[in-house]
Amino acid sequence: MNRQNRYFRRLSGYYAWFCVCFAGFLLALTVLENEGMPRLWIGHLFMFATIALYATIGVVSRTSNVTEYYVAGRRVPAMFNGMATAADWISAASFISLAGGLYLSGFDALAYIMGWTGGYCLVALLIAPYLRKFAQYTIPDYLAVRYGGGAGGRGGPVRALAVGATIIVSFIYVVAQIYAVGLIASRFTGVDFSVGIFLGLASILVCSFLGGMRGITWTQVAQYIIILVAFLIPTMWLSAKHADNPLPQVAYGSVLPKLAQREAQLALDPREHEVRARFQKEADVYKERLAALPASWEQGKVEAQRRLDTARLRNLSLADVRSAERALAAYPKTADDADTLWREQRARLLARAQPPQPHAAPFAGATEAESNARRNNFLALVFCLMFGTAALPHILMRSYTTPSVHETRVSVFWTLFFILLIYLSIPALAVLAKYDIYTSLVGSDFSSLPTWISYWGNIDKVNPLIQVTDINRDGLVQLAEIAIDGDVLVLATPEIGGLPYVISGLVAAGGLAAALSTADGLLLAISNALSHDIYYKIVDPGASTQKRVTISKLLLLAVAFIAAYAASQKPADILSLVGAAFSLAASALFPPLVLGVFWKRANHAGAIAGMVSGFLVCLYYMLRVHPMLGGRMDAAWFDIAPMSAGIFGVPAGMLAVVVASLLTAPPARGSDALVDYIRAPE
Amino acid sequence: MPPETPHPLEPDLARQQRLLAARATHWRRTRRLTFVLMALWLATGFCTVFFARELSRVTIFGWPLSFYMAAQGASLICLAIIGVYAWRMRRYDRDLARTMADGTRVAGGVAHGAAK
Repeated sequence: MNRQNRYFRRLSGYYAWFCVCFAGFLLALTVLENEGMPRLWIGHLFMFATIALYATIGVVSRTSNVTEYYVAGRRVPAMFNGMATAADWISAASFISLAGGLYLSGFDALAYIMGWTGGYCLVALLIAPYLRKFAQYTIPDYLAVRYGGGAGGRGGPVRALAVGATIIVSFIYVVAQIYAVGLIASRFTGVDFSVGIFLGLASILVCSFLGGMRGITWTQVAQYIIILVAFLIPTMWLSAKHADNPLPQVAYGSVLPKLAQREAQLALDPREHEVRARFQKEADVYKERLAALPASWEQGKVEAQRRLDTARLRNLSLADVRSAERALAAYPKTADDADTLWREQRARLLARAQPPQPHAAPFAGATEAESNARRNNFLALVFCLMFGTAALPHILMRSYTTPSVHETRVSVFWTLFFILLIYLSIPALAVLAKYDIYTSLVGSDFSSLPTWISYWGNIDKVNPLIQVTDINRDGLVQLAEIAIDGDVLVLATPEIGGLPYVISGLVAAGGLAAALSTADGLLLAISNALSHDIYYKIVDPGASTQKRVTISKLLLLAVAFIAAYAASQKPADILSLVGAAFSLAASALFPPLVLGVFWKRANHAGAIAGMVSGFLVCLYYMLRVHPMLGGRMDAAWFDIAPMSAGIFGVPAGMLAVVVASLLTAPPARGSDALVDYIRAPE
Repeated sequence: MPPETPHPLEPDLARQQRLLAARATHWRRTRRLTFVLMALWLATGFCTVFFARELSRVTIFGWPLSFYMAAQGASLICLAIIGVYAWRMRRYDRDLARTMADGTRVAGGVAHGAAK
């Protein structure tokens, strides 16, 4: 106890120093900015300074000891483990996209807040303490020992299935994180997207490659501190500006009614009506063209060709010829392509023709049935995110790293506490930023647009993050004229609030830290599954500890490069599946994990049946309904979105475990003793 | 004699049974606590969402109640649930440790007396 206390105090000392240095760094940069240091340099400095910091922590905590490498020596104090898990948890999506999602969809996006926090109840009550008591290295380890079976009762098949699920889920997720690293790096430092990816990769590798779990734990604690500061400073600033109270979590309650009032006002504004009517008209044109397919497609093609010809014949300016050429090149190749493309464009126009939805109103829908469908989807999404949280290997893996079962329970408490410090301010940021945009941007003059709009609008030419066009040509900004991508919200908040550019750099560093910390944890989960579960437990059980760690490091390197390569291809299909990773994890891993502790009768056959059928049901539903995978939304069951396929997968998995276990012989006596052992306190 | 050391004359079987009974009680209490807290968790999550439209008419400090619950309330209740769980389980664990230590000492004393 005493040694643990001393260790805790020493660590606290280190991180206190870190905070002081970090504050000094911020101050120094603020001074330098006032002295006229260019923006780009600030971006570069932030990026390189933080990456160097993570690399240093990685080098300092290098190790080749098996327990240190896989589970950080099982001596991480609960509070620090909580911080590290929180950093592991707060991904690029939570940091950058969640506030934007709330801005765009209001109440309906709160499903993410509820799901991603509520899942920790399942982790704390049903899984984490038992895993810690079991005290091995990976999640497949636990499932294999608990369920046995296979050659020699070592649980080979269960282990292989669990490894497969771990790898699929973590890989989808890690590609998205590395993609986010590339985006942030390229947006803030102006380097090429793929260069950004490999810069991020370098820092990921230094700390996980050298230090394994130990390296990433101590890096993640530092990353959490940066994430927290980066998120809270701009949010508190906005909160002080609009609510005269620097505590955003408390203050935004007073802004909500004002926002609702402004929304109601904008919904009735005649100029807004005018802009929306234009979008409606354009959408109606698409409707007619869709109805007249395929004749309208041919006609459109001929027209596009003729426009190009006339542009060339009449010797119009080069720009006109180019735009006519582009229009022809972008014209759908077949009538079927035209059908999908025009449908998408019509949907986009229709969405912009809608009046603003009240931010706080739950499940707005034209009819009762539509509203109910949205409620059911909200419920299903919350369900999947919660159960997915409780089955993500890189989170569960962290419960092995504390000194005792009690510390594990406390550590989950700290995890949720640290996550909530950020998650409770995300809805606040969305409301505050929305209020700012609705009151100061909407209604302002086009000649005096704030600079952040042109800055962020020009950063990605293909899909502009924000676009404000004077559609009704009245010289004033209407709400309906603003097209905003959710991602820009957090990145631009400092500028929206009028803070110096240093804070923008800090926010970028925070986003980078969020993506890197999650990527670290995921890569380690994948390479541990491969090296420990496949190589050591199945291929070569006689390997020396030295060899195991070396193999693990090599595999980590290989996986990291494959993931970086995949991310550099900008794979739209993988990115659209990130939300689905939660459903897959929940369906495949949750039933065997929980029933393994709470139901002694669950056996080897049940575990296999549960994992396979949970995974397959989930996959089948996604293939059936997800448009990116060739499904159609018309085929949905109870109007549930494909991302929430876990709502069918988890019950299917549970049922399969129960049925298959009851149909086959009870598990061996050893498994009873094991269950008793993990249930008993230390 | 330190209380942890079992008396040499104490029958091994009885000691083991006591140990098993104490463990069973501990597991029963754990299960009950888990069940109660999970029920609370389910009720908060489900009611917040399912009755969101009805709850949005109630306002507290500017927030419609359903918005507040989804944005903060449900998460804070989860934090409380995890806190209560860690706190209660620590007590159960200590109770079990004490019972087992006591049981050994009492049993040791009785057996000792009988031997005299």
